[in-house]
Amino acid sequence: MTHPLLSIEGIDVFYSDFQALYDLNLTLNEGELLAVIGANGAGKSTLMKCISGLLQPSKGKITFDGSDVSKLAAHKRVKLGISLTPEGRRIFPSLTVEENLQVGSHTKRKGPWDLAKIYSAFPLVKDRKERKGVNLSGGEQQATAIARALMSNPRVLLLDEVSLGLAPVAVEEIYSAFPAITSAGTTVLLVEQDVNQALKVANRVQCLLEGRTVLEGTPAQLQREQIAAAYFGI
Amino acid sequence: MQWINALIQGLLLGGLYALLASGLSLMFGVMRIVNLAHGTFAVLAAYLGLIIVQEFDVSPVIAIIVVVPVMAALGYAVQRGLFNLSLKRGGLSPLLVAFGLAVVLTQGLQEVFSADTQSIPIGALAGESFEIAGDLFIGVFPLITFVIGVLVVLALQVFLSKFALGRAMRAASDDSEAVTLMGIDNKQVYALSTAIAFATVGLAGLLIGMRTQFSPTFGDAILIFAFEAVIIGGLGSLWGTLIGGLVLGCAQTIGAQINPSYGVLAGHLVFLAILAFRPSGLLPKVVSSR
Repeated sequence: MTHPLLSIEGIDVFYSDFQALYDLNLTLNEGELLAVIGANGAGKSTLMKCISGLLQPSKGKITFDGSDVSKLAAHKRVKLGISLTPEGRRIFPSLTVEENLQVGSHTKRKGPWDLAKIYSAFPLVKDRKERKGVNLSGGEQQATAIARALMSNPRVLLLDEVSLGLAPVAVEEIYSAFPAITSAGTTVLLVEQDVNQALKVANRVQCLLEGRTVLEGTPAQLQREQIAAAYFGI
Repeated sequence: MQWINALIQGLLLGGLYALLASGLSLMFGVMRIVNLAHGTFAVLAAYLGLIIVQEFDVSPVIAIIVVVPVMAALGYAVQRGLFNLSLKRGGLSPLLVAFGLAVVLTQGLQEVFSADTQSIPIGALAGESFEIAGDLFIGVFPLITFVIGVLVVLALQVFLSKFALGRAMRAASDDSEAVTLMGIDNKQVYALSTAIAFATVGLAGLLIGMRTQFSPTFGDAILIFAFEAVIIGGLGSLWGTLIGGLVLGCAQTIGAQINPSYGVLAGHLVFLAILAFRPSGLLPKVVSSR
């Protein structure tokens, strides 16, 4: 029997007294592009932190490629092939773009991505390779962050808040690299506030509201009104 | 001519200070740990070297070959066993842990070796010198310590900028959580940074022990010189630390040229002047983290 590449079963997450996720489930199949959408505070970034290992759920199980990774430290999950582009990008400011990419390949996982491949898929990153992280614009940071995550040759690429705070032209530039990512066989879990953008690229959409899943389906199945209602909880 | 002589002697001394300070600079740069036990660990290395040279009647070079790896292992263990745990409890706690270590270690050394001053014997090398110009003499041993000091600081700089582990250390310095998302075990990176820092402080301690007299409480004085070199140069920058060490060394020898008792004082005054007029140091790290 085939199993999903990533499955999350019934996780609860707390920030001291505040509960951010309630008994949440999610499955991600190999080769899929799943978009998680939702308003501010829906728990999207919390979910991403749990999958990458930055946060520990108090209950529930996270399975990757058939093995339980719930207790595994973040750096060990990267070695298995889970890579996160975090909210806020978190580019290393004192390192150049190229050094950021080199740090991204620290695990030396085998796969399609290397510096040459990255530079051809992200011309913007290539142009800025000598520049220090601190001197990058938001769009350049986001492109570098995605490229850096790809350098670990992940099986699952987690992209948190891709378009947040970016100019439309920068968002377009970032999304133009998506076909190169998915055609390399990388499975993508995308968190996006911009619903239209998410519907355009995703195979499947899951909408969160206050820590619970309120709607899921393929973009073709879902009505715009349905999504709006789920998104805002009306 | 005597001023030029003072300047040259100061540079030679400064190379040793730079070596001494580089470990302090590295630990602060990577982990924001102010290792108050830095000087005491230098003295510990000097005592270890003394035991080896005296008990086994071998050359000081053998002592260096043995003690430096031992210090590196000790650094690894101290980081894994103490500092990594204390880092979770905020910025003040590693400082307190280091302070505690310094006190315990100083008392321990006092217990074992007594408070007598000692020196690691290096034989005839201690007195050898050569003339570079009329009336200008350079001691062979101070020149050796200078060359070793500068080479080690340069090697550290190359390591940090060109090697994968060095890059990981700089990245961890920028954002210790984000490096774990790159598959880097930040605790391991920290332990290796401290191992390197302890190797350099061990080497510095041995050279100081060969150059001058030391006692268990000598670590405090060493710590202050190392601190001053780091601050004069600029926090978090190894180039700065090299410059800081040289400036401090020159200040001390030139001060001593004015009046033999002013040497250390002149170093402190330069340090104070830097703090007052250029608090970020001569060569501050260009990028400030968020």
